[in-house]
Amino acid sequence: MTDSFEPTIIGFTCNWCSYRAADLAGTARIKYPPNVRLIRLMCSGRLDPTFVFKALANGADGVIITGCHPGECHYIEQNYKALRRFHLMKRTLQGLGLEPGRVKLIWASAAEGAKFASEITAFVEEIRALGPLHWGKNGSAPSPTVEAVQEKVEVPA
Amino acid sequence: MTEKPKFAMYWAASCGGCEIAVLNIHEKILDVDANFDVVFWPVAMDAKYKDVEAMEDGSILLTLFNGGIRNDENEHIAKLLRKKSKILVAFGSCANEGCIPGLANLSDSREIVHTAFNTISTDNPHEIYPMTSYDVPEGEIHIPKILPVLKTLDQVVDVDYYMPGCPPESHQIAAVIDLVVDVLHGKAELPPKGTVIGAGNSTVCDECKRTRNVKTIKSFQRIWGVAPDPSLCLLEQGIPCNGPATRSGCNARCPTAGAQCIGCYGPAEGVADYGARLISAFASVIDAKDPQEIDRILDGLVDPTGQFYRFNLAGSLLKAAVPAWKAESTHEKEKA
Repeated sequence: MTDSFEPTIIGFTCNWCSYRAADLAGTARIKYPPNVRLIRLMCSGRLDPTFVFKALANGADGVIITGCHPGECHYIEQNYKALRRFHLMKRTLQGLGLEPGRVKLIWASAAEGAKFASEITAFVEEIRALGPLHWGKNGSAPSPTVEAVQEKVEVPA
Repeated sequence: MTEKPKFAMYWAASCGGCEIAVLNIHEKILDVDANFDVVFWPVAMDAKYKDVEAMEDGSILLTLFNGGIRNDENEHIAKLLRKKSKILVAFGSCANEGCIPGLANLSDSREIVHTAFNTISTDNPHEIYPMTSYDVPEGEIHIPKILPVLKTLDQVVDVDYYMPGCPPESHQIAAVIDLVVDVLHGKAELPPKGTVIGAGNSTVCDECKRTRNVKTIKSFQRIWGVAPDPSLCLLEQGIPCNGPATRSGCNARCPTAGAQCIGCYGPAEGVADYGARLISAFASVIDAKDPQEIDRILDGLVDPTGQFYRFNLAGSLLKAAVPAWKAESTHEKEKA
């Protein structure tokens, strides 16, 4: 937990609400830390827990999942599916010794650019406080592709 | 007389069930004997490691390797057999994905040794633990060192074919032996390297005869607490059945007999992480939208990590839990 630790965070957004919120934060020039790498999905219901496990196994310090508010899903109720997956995934990850705070789910509508930015800011600080994860880093050598990806990840200033 | 091709079978961290499954092919075992010269099979015949070491590289045609890589002896033999074998098959769940021994990856290996030697199961008032090396007049003797994280065979050496199952079903083993014999006689070709053999390409659900409706559940049940409807999908009845993510090949034995699939055939084709696929499947059948209600239902799933990774932990994306990784890190530092 040195001062130089910059968390690597993978964020999943849905096409209709939370990605628009991130977009709005951008057009409104709201600042938030650059530690999060956003991946746009069509819907939070598309979020396969595999994505989260892969992110953690390949060097992410935290994962944030975002979607439309309950009842406002573009695909009627797939964000509820994301919610159920998230709850079950968290229990499973806790069984593997992961701190519960490393995976988070938030809702943000297309109008909530400021909320999106403040949630990301808060999450980056939470992960910074938890420290680096380095999942299995001292274990068996990761596959070459994983290493190549990790080398490419730039550490934000 | 022309020399018969050589066959070997080895057990690393496993229970011996795979060897029994091989013998369970009944008279077909005579085909193995007729077509192969069994050069190394510790459970069935006497052989020394030095005999294997003396063999020419690549001189064993077929090696069935079962068991995970639990200690440095397993690792040594895996590397040795890789060098000596033309075809190395990861045989059974342990070699493929860690299986039950792989569940040790949830804990620190020192804690495992402690549990084995100094808890309620063992009366050990003087705290006597096994030493990994000991001086005797004839020299120093060693016992294998436990590795902090159990590995699958292909995390240690290159593997040609994968044959899943805990243990592989005997009819599947017989079919594979038929294939190998046909290949030997020039009547068939070997499948491409990396193929999963002796199993299906679909899921257990695909082979299961139970009726599936699109029905959601309000609670999970434990199998001993209910009498499940014999014709309905078990998951729909709230019984945590691992069929949706598990590779077919067993003819859905457990669900047919009225028990839930526990996932011994490992991940189905295209499943990157077995547990993640099951999380998706289970989350889809839960009938709740409220976080508290979801939590109440999930409380019925007593041990999700064990439920989803009973066989697959060492072969999963995350491979081991934090305590095992910490022990591994200490182990690396001690080595350096």
